[in-house]
Amino acid sequence: MIDFPRWKYWLVGIVMVLGIVYAAPNAFRPQPAVQIVANREAKVDEALQKQVAADLDKANVPYQDISIEKDRMLVRFANTEVQLRGSDTLRVALGDDYTVALNLATTVPHWLQSIGAHAMPLGLDLQGGVHFLMAVDQDAVLQKQQQRYLDDIRSILRQKQIPYDVVSLSGDGVQAVFKTAADRDKGLDAVSADNTDLNITTSRTPGGGYALHAAIKPEVLDKLAQTTITQNVTTLRNRVNALGVSEPLIQQQGQTRIVVELPGVQDTAEAKRVLGATATLEYHADDPNVNPQEAAQTGNVPPDDRLYFTKDGQPVVLKKRVIVSGDELVDASQGYDQQTGLPDVNVTLNSTGARKMLDFTTQNVGKRMGVVYIERTPVVKVVDGKEVHTSKTTETVLNNAVIQGVFGKKFQTTGLTQQEAQTLSLMLRSGSLAAPMDIVQQSVIGPSLGQDNIKKGEQAVILGLCLVLIAAAIYYRLFGLVADIALVFNLLILVAIMSAIGVTLTMPGIAGIVLTLGMSIDANVLICERIREELRNGSTPLASIRAGYEKAWHVILDANVTHLLAALGLITVGSGAIKGFGVTLFIGISTSLFTSVTMTHAITALIHGRRKKLKTLWV
Amino acid sequence: MEIFHHDLNIDFLGMRKVSIVISAILLIVSVWAITVKGLNYGLDFTGGILIQVNYEQPVDVGEVRNALGKAGFEHAVVQSMGGTRDISIRLQPPKQAPGSKQSPDQIAGEVSKRVLTALQAGNTAVKLAQPPDFVGPEVGQELKTSGIYAVIVVIIGIMFYLGMRFEKRFAVAAVASEIHDTVITLGIIALVQREFDMTVLASILAVVGYSINDKVVVFDRVRELFRLTRKAETPQILNRAINNTLSRTIITSVFTAITMASLGLFGGDAVHGFAITMLIGILVGTLSSIFFASPILLWLGVSKKDLMPVTRENPELARRP
Repeated sequence: MIDFPRWKYWLVGIVMVLGIVYAAPNAFRPQPAVQIVANREAKVDEALQKQVAADLDKANVPYQDISIEKDRMLVRFANTEVQLRGSDTLRVALGDDYTVALNLATTVPHWLQSIGAHAMPLGLDLQGGVHFLMAVDQDAVLQKQQQRYLDDIRSILRQKQIPYDVVSLSGDGVQAVFKTAADRDKGLDAVSADNTDLNITTSRTPGGGYALHAAIKPEVLDKLAQTTITQNVTTLRNRVNALGVSEPLIQQQGQTRIVVELPGVQDTAEAKRVLGATATLEYHADDPNVNPQEAAQTGNVPPDDRLYFTKDGQPVVLKKRVIVSGDELVDASQGYDQQTGLPDVNVTLNSTGARKMLDFTTQNVGKRMGVVYIERTPVVKVVDGKEVHTSKTTETVLNNAVIQGVFGKKFQTTGLTQQEAQTLSLMLRSGSLAAPMDIVQQSVIGPSLGQDNIKKGEQAVILGLCLVLIAAAIYYRLFGLVADIALVFNLLILVAIMSAIGVTLTMPGIAGIVLTLGMSIDANVLICERIREELRNGSTPLASIRAGYEKAWHVILDANVTHLLAALGLITVGSGAIKGFGVTLFIGISTSLFTSVTMTHAITALIHGRRKKLKTLWV
Repeated sequence: MEIFHHDLNIDFLGMRKVSIVISAILLIVSVWAITVKGLNYGLDFTGGILIQVNYEQPVDVGEVRNALGKAGFEHAVVQSMGGTRDISIRLQPPKQAPGSKQSPDQIAGEVSKRVLTALQAGNTAVKLAQPPDFVGPEVGQELKTSGIYAVIVVIIGIMFYLGMRFEKRFAVAAVASEIHDTVITLGIIALVQREFDMTVLASILAVVGYSINDKVVVFDRVRELFRLTRKAETPQILNRAINNTLSRTIITSVFTAITMASLGLFGGDAVHGFAITMLIGILVGTLSSIFFASPILLWLGVSKKDLMPVTRENPELARRP
């Protein structure tokens, strides 16, 4: 008998079943589809479904199915050619109220999806699209921030009527020079009372003046760098949605970079224009004398006013005059109201902005004030054969709230849900502080190349697998066949884990899978060679199996741990292709430890364990 | 089935002078190739612009090169992309005037326009196949740095682990042969001037993993034999360890090589470089496991007592392999 504990049989059995179930979704090929999402007040409902069906019928585009999933509609087509025609038809028919995008609809059965089994998302190299790497100009953010403190300090000194010689930028901060030590100390008190983000030091200047040096605290700078990236990522996400791309990838990479991957997009120029939009922010007074609903219907707006819309399509009438603009906003962050504990947004203005805000609020307590978010996207049109550069401006009211009291530099906006507060603070920041970005890397993969890559990758995996299966079966006979079963399951479990944790499959990832197949058989080679050796040394077959597994285990462990270290190295190199390969290799080595040792041991024990008079081993 | 007879006893250590000399020559040639000839870095590393053009009629690569040379793009790398009508052109962006604020994106747009004009001067039936790909210079530099950094961290990590599980001499020998394998693999790539891109870097790191795997198996056997045998000379032990594991060493290499060959043959351009590098690495790694790693171990003066004393003092440790 081979003593193989019962719970391990169960474990092996369960893992095998889970492996099959969670790898299964990858066998279902996604279907070409068109995705429709509503903009503004438009709705995705059955009426739209009928309209879409009618439009497609009219244009003679055969579709397979129209379904509503949550807040989007999916129209499925037989092939990509019909899909393109369908998308063109719908784009024209539905106009600006809806965003129409090419998509791949899953064909995985519902019961699989309901237990969280999904197919691996495909990387750009497998489905085509554009890839951008954008660098955020952190220096520009720092300079802007310094300039802001410079203006701030200058105006504080003026307000408090402290005489100074000069206030200027110096190194990583702002320097103010005073004639006397007393003035400097007064200045020090005034500046530090208002600014907790500054490290303030004093010194004597060569010219005999008394200097005050204000540098932004390093932790504040770090936070600033991080928020800059986060907010740029958020802004990009909003803009990409406007492009109508399904499942875009927008992700921070390293300290200053953002990766943008747009599957299915081929027109890089259009994508770049949308990504390169600029945004600003303005505070306007609300006009209480006009009924916005009425104004929206009749179009009658007083000459001093303008009609705006919120994101939900609600009309708002605001005064044209700007109270404070985005340039004067220093910071906006989500917080909690100290008394009620409800989420709010804390806004900080610079001194000029604060003064204007103070003037305005003193006279307007109890009235409303609106925040308008303005985004400009450069557009190139061809008129009479010439390129004409214009820009498309989108203005939305973010928020229109009642002024509760008089305020200046710092104020809160309340009455928001946590999610709304988070979004508002991000939008406020991106409208005011958005750091300039440069595209530092760009690549385009055609959709047919993606298809081709998938086909080639599949061929390579299947051929590699089959050759190793045959070779192992010939060389190690029965034990080789057992190893073969384990190898197939290693592939299944590897794919299952990658699908479950949502690793994007790329060409290097496929290379990693193929390499794992070749190397995971190593453990079985070690075990089989050991068993052969034990047999030659005269051990009984059962003792040989036991000793084979026991002795081989240590070396398998050492070899695999060192190999895992190497895979970890690959993951830490970090960027796209290599990381994908490293992750695959890492998971593959880990799963192979289980399949080629525990799983083969269980199968071997099942085959040989009950036979008391085992004379020969087929190894 | 057996390819190698199990009683095989080849005196590998006896050939150590020859094998070390060969290794040394290979190393020198490799270092020469890497430093003097240099690696043929791809776009990922150098930064630059990749322009793909499509001709209506079949065209000669030399013709394209001439047309570009006339327009002042002497250092462009011109390759045909499987077929005679699709051509890829890789070039370095022009030196930027200091203070100019053009982004790589704008430069790529300008350069691709100029290239197209240059090509159209000779043959009008040519167009851009797709918008230009480009990589900014810092991105490539960063990748190079982080690649080197990763290799160093991996080597230190492995050394530490082996030092703990085996003994410091084993760790040193393993790492020495690992560096040997990596350098020679890189050397061969430099010598034949294969393009060194991101996937090749990935496979170099995979070679590091593969090669260490191989050494650990041999060293594990050395450790076992030292502990089991009463009296034996170190060279004999090493020889037996290599012979005992020879079958495994070769079989595993063959299996892995089979998969990589199928990847290279059928996986397409995207992973071709990866597969070829891996095949070179497997060959070098296998040979060095047999001919290089053990002589190093011998020279470092490994002996039975290095692996024994701990076990006597601490019965708990005796259970360790």
